[in-house]
Amino acid sequence: MQPAVTLKVTRYRPEQEAEPTFATYEVPFREDWVVLDALNYIKDTLDGSLSFRWSCRMGVCGSCGMKVNGSPKLTCASFLSDALPGPIRVEPLDYFPVVRDLVVDMSDFMRKLKKVKPWIIRHDERPLAEGEYLQTPDQLDAYKQFSMCINCMLCYSACPIYGLEPSFIGPAAIALAQRYNMDSRDEGAPERLEILSEHDGIWQCTFVGECTKVCPKHVDPAGAIQQYKLTGAIHWLKSLLLPRGAR
Amino acid sequence: MPRSITPFLWLLFSAGGTVAALLFPIHVLLTGLAVPLGWVNAPSYESVLGLVRNPVARLYLFVFISLPLFHWAHRFRYTLYDGLQVKHLTALIVVFCYGTALAGTVMAAYLLWTIP
Amino acid sequence: MSAEARYTPYHPRWYRRRVSVWWWLQNRAYAGFVLRELTSVFVAFFAGVTLWQLWALAQGPDAHARFLACLGTPLFVALHAVAFLFVLFHSITWFNLAPTALVVRLSGQRVPDWVIVGLNYAACVVLSGAVAWIMLRGR
Repeated sequence: MQPAVTLKVTRYRPEQEAEPTFATYEVPFREDWVVLDALNYIKDTLDGSLSFRWSCRMGVCGSCGMKVNGSPKLTCASFLSDALPGPIRVEPLDYFPVVRDLVVDMSDFMRKLKKVKPWIIRHDERPLAEGEYLQTPDQLDAYKQFSMCINCMLCYSACPIYGLEPSFIGPAAIALAQRYNMDSRDEGAPERLEILSEHDGIWQCTFVGECTKVCPKHVDPAGAIQQYKLTGAIHWLKSLLLPRGAR
Repeated sequence: MPRSITPFLWLLFSAGGTVAALLFPIHVLLTGLAVPLGWVNAPSYESVLGLVRNPVARLYLFVFISLPLFHWAHRFRYTLYDGLQVKHLTALIVVFCYGTALAGTVMAAYLLWTIP
Repeated sequence: MSAEARYTPYHPRWYRRRVSVWWWLQNRAYAGFVLRELTSVFVAFFAGVTLWQLWALAQGPDAHARFLACLGTPLFVALHAVAFLFVLFHSITWFNLAPTALVVRLSGQRVPDWVIVGLNYAACVVLSGAVAWIMLRGR
């Protein structure tokens, strides 16, 4: 096995340069190291000025999303051994403004997430004395997959529509809206339908399918979106043919 | 009352895509390749007319032509947006795509209604 | 974008990359996607050919014979050969993606993807057979 591997990492220091550049670093190769380990090695010993986000280093927090050799990945889940012999290119996620080095600005995504009301909406809350809302395993199964989203934004970075049309609400937001729509405890589907049927909602999606491919938690946002298109279209038909029956 | 017509256009796109997926390969093979290349005998005018005359065939052909045209219209409209990034020509693209599909539909309806 | 970097202590200048018109050549998945979308052009083409055949039929036997002759020219045979490949690609991608949009639940369980895909291919084969039989009878 080779003793070292080369990393080509994007550097962008707005106080120094107008455009991002690449810096090359030699990092020791270890079988069990991931790209995040290599980045931390660089920051600890080679260049303390390198900036990047990370937290749990085990694939549940969604902080360390970056492009590794051109594909959006969680750096804590990308083994150096899979990218041998190198050099390994590490860049910030596509389609988000780059704040510095590998750090991107997330506020667009956060805004869109909030827009779809990702919480259980009920017209009347049950009083505590009546106990908890019960759910069968099948009812849980209906939305569980969509609940696995860790907001890592890899899907946005893989979606060319989001790149071409920044107002597109995006895969994760729609998948999370579906997570609540399909939850038997939720009564907010009509509200979310209003929001998602807007011009920049689900209809912008052309089912490229890359979002599902890159999702590290197998949420299948593309599936959520296509299923929601069908729901939205059927709802449209119902409201056309049975204006009173649709409610 | 539904605000946007996009869900309807998507339904047409889906229906058209399904019709095209199920039926176009065999028809392209027969009409576009098998007959011209002589793998099967060319149909006589009378036999084609006989087939088309049937009311079920007329309906079949109407669906066969119209829905896939709307499938193309919807898909091509987005291909132009995303591929050429010509969002500023939106109105023109919409009129061209759906207009062509509508024209084809009307023409098909007219022909299939009037063929003796 | 100005060549000089500007940095204010309270808001550094973020870098926004413009998406190139050639974005779809970046990787195989994107290129495959655009190819899939372009199948619709050939779908429209053959819908048009069918419409043309109907028009020729309505005009009479001479017009129809001219239509058939035209389809026999090398240009049209080539066009149809390419159209066949694209239309087949449309069918394959359409059927393979069907389970993503069409989630069928039978007594709580989700019908497996391969069943939906398989049913679609089966329907295509059966319908194609029926069409071929109807059109080739007596030839």
